[in-house]
Amino acid sequence: MRGSDVDTISDPGSDSSEQHLIAALRAGDDNAFRELVEKHHNALVRIAMIYVKDRAVAEEVAQETWVAVLRGIERFEGRSSLKTWLFTILTNRAKTRATREGRYVPLDVDDDPDSDIGVSLDRFHPPGHDEADHWSAAYMPQRWDNIPEKRMLSLETMNLIMQAIASLPDNQMQVIRLRDVEGFTSEEACNILNISETNQRVLLHRARSRVRQALESYIVNRN
Amino acid sequence: MTNPNTDLTCIELVELITDYLEGSLDSTEKVRFETHLQGCEGCQNYLAQMQTTISLTGKITEDKIAPTALEELLKTFQDWKKPNR
Repeated sequence: MRGSDVDTISDPGSDSSEQHLIAALRAGDDNAFRELVEKHHNALVRIAMIYVKDRAVAEEVAQETWVAVLRGIERFEGRSSLKTWLFTILTNRAKTRATREGRYVPLDVDDDPDSDIGVSLDRFHPPGHDEADHWSAAYMPQRWDNIPEKRMLSLETMNLIMQAIASLPDNQMQVIRLRDVEGFTSEEACNILNISETNQRVLLHRARSRVRQALESYIVNRN
Repeated sequence: MTNPNTDLTCIELVELITDYLEGSLDSTEKVRFETHLQGCEGCQNYLAQMQTTISLTGKITEDKIAPTALEELLKTFQDWKKPNR
């Protein structure tokens, strides 16, 4: 049990502000802890949800994660960033919990039957055509840089992206959340999820392709 | 001038786009990717769309932590501090 909470990941994450934060937590600084919780708690709950499928259980797993962080902060050696450590503890605990409840599905299972291509094949010239496998003019991707930024950043667009992410297969959702929502590097994401670099990249590719597709349909339909 | 032996098709580019953005193409593949890109408006747009998608995904904001959950965690922190003092 203990072993999974120790920071054995070797990515450098300790700059001086990180050192300050760790020192503040060790010293019992309420504001430092509050800030960290406000920043990450809901992300932890959302990631736990992917494993445990239940909001209340996910909330519990996230709460336990914070307790584990406090218990471990004295011996935290900073071999990974605090944030990577936090999310590693979370995923380990969520996995354990899901396994105990018979819900755990390993992430490396390829459970996405229709993911062979990021774009529908009818948008390309068919085999036998002079320009086979190239964009057919009518379906070529359009420029998005003429769309007002206000619209691209609107609540509606953001909700659409969140929905697209929520409808992804679990393993893709997990990877895109860590990489593109939380901003972890591929190395950090691989360590947190305990998957290979190649696997991570395939899942990320499928996830991003689908989110792009959702955005494109939305943009095309609105224009 | 297209050369079917070395030129990428648009379908291939679409499938290599994450490898490209992740910097995991080897140098030959990278040259093929960028050569195709230079002459293909559709793929240029596709790449730009993908980059916009990634950047927008990074901007989605999660709802704030529920006050009750925050209170509970702050209480956990107070409890943790006691034996430490």
